[in-house]
Amino acid sequence: MTQWSGYLGLILQGALVTIELTLMGSVLALIMAFLAGMGRVSRFFILRAIATAYIEFFRGTSIFVQLFWAYFVLPFAGLSLTPLQAGVLALALNVGAYAAEVVRGAILSVGREQYEACTALNLGRWQGMRHVILPQALLVMLPTFGNNAIELLKATSVVSLISLADLTFQAQVVRSQTGSTLMPFLSVLIIYFALALIISWGVRTLERRMARGLDGVRV
Amino acid sequence: MPAPIIKVDAISKSFGAFKVLDGLSMQVMPGEKLALIGPSGSGKTTILRILMTLEKIDGGHIQVDGEQLYHVERNGQLLAADERHLARMRQKIGMVFQLFNLFPHKCVMDNVTLAPMLTKGVARAAAEKRAMELLDMVGLADKAKAMPAQLSGGQKQRVAIARALALSPKIMLFDEVTSALDPELVEEVLNVMRKLAAETDMTMLLVTHEMGFAHDFADRVLFFDRGRIVEEGKPDEIFRHPKQERTQSFLKKIIAAGHRV
Repeated sequence: MTQWSGYLGLILQGALVTIELTLMGSVLALIMAFLAGMGRVSRFFILRAIATAYIEFFRGTSIFVQLFWAYFVLPFAGLSLTPLQAGVLALALNVGAYAAEVVRGAILSVGREQYEACTALNLGRWQGMRHVILPQALLVMLPTFGNNAIELLKATSVVSLISLADLTFQAQVVRSQTGSTLMPFLSVLIIYFALALIISWGVRTLERRMARGLDGVRV
Repeated sequence: MPAPIIKVDAISKSFGAFKVLDGLSMQVMPGEKLALIGPSGSGKTTILRILMTLEKIDGGHIQVDGEQLYHVERNGQLLAADERHLARMRQKIGMVFQLFNLFPHKCVMDNVTLAPMLTKGVARAAAEKRAMELLDMVGLADKAKAMPAQLSGGQKQRVAIARALALSPKIMLFDEVTSALDPELVEEVLNVMRKLAAETDMTMLLVTHEMGFAHDFADRVLFFDRGRIVEEGKPDEIFRHPKQERTQSFLKKIIAAGHRV
């Protein structure tokens, strides 16, 4: 039994790496999503073009390939990343591309009358976006952002391919060292699921807090 | 004779193949209360939206408060105005919408103070003091902390009026501001507008189907049909003795529909 607890420690170490990847990846993905999503609705052609190219490219190529490029190919261009940096970069750029479309859709979902009220009150484009449109759009984005974050959590397992000791990587280690398949794989299954539940719950809580007062019932 | 505060000169505007304004010209004097009436699609709302720069014009010129609205003069030539010019001109004009267009994520107070703080750099304390005066004027001082969703339609519209007034415009545009309200809530909004007309010298343009209110409120009534002004005059002339056949048939239909004139 003491032996198992040692192996469990290994798996928990892997869980920490997975959590780290998920958190850092999500933050960077969120930044990419807002940059690209708002670029997509920009009135400047060049910004729209850059945002569209980014989104289509990163949605259209596999995250494995993106990770391999970040880790194995970028060094040839003089940019060497640690496995963790490469992992965060690939995950964030990939998930950020999906989330950018969520940002765009949510911005467009805010009614025309809100934009007209901004004009009538003489708010500048950015002022209206910042104080009127985005706060309302954020509420529309949140549920799908939750999905995106869970997708990102699950996608972190690809970093085991560049020998980053995440949850999936450690499960393989434990399996090869003990010969037991059920225990390591059952534990990682439970841990991934628990992490996903925490994300769901967090996003739902945030959603409830932000929706407060909007429907006139919850204040 | 003072100069007109609004001079609309041969404005045309089409939505696709539909010509909604067809060489429209009109003038409004400072402090004048104007009612724009007519069947839907006649262009009365469109001219309000054009004055608020919510629609682009296809042709013609508009002068507001002595300056071109959509053009700037450079070296004797009229060029299309840029966003900065439009932003400066918008300071002169405020608008209240049929569907209120309040910001649902902000409380009443923040709805009223947002624009003065952002566009005029008014400090929060001063903006809130002014907002309380305005909310008091529209009878909603006790609702400052309420969210829009907690208000009735009439209350929402009164907040929207206070919000537009907070920027102290010279001209106020009211676009069917009671059309979306339950009948019993119409009067509270009209009362605010009567008060506004009595206590300020603001120029007010009002698109409305409330003929009784238009009659009492307006100095002059313009009857719109198919993108043109068919007839204009003092309320009594338009409502009691319309000369044009189209005005007569429009008013007959309105009365048949049960509206008080």
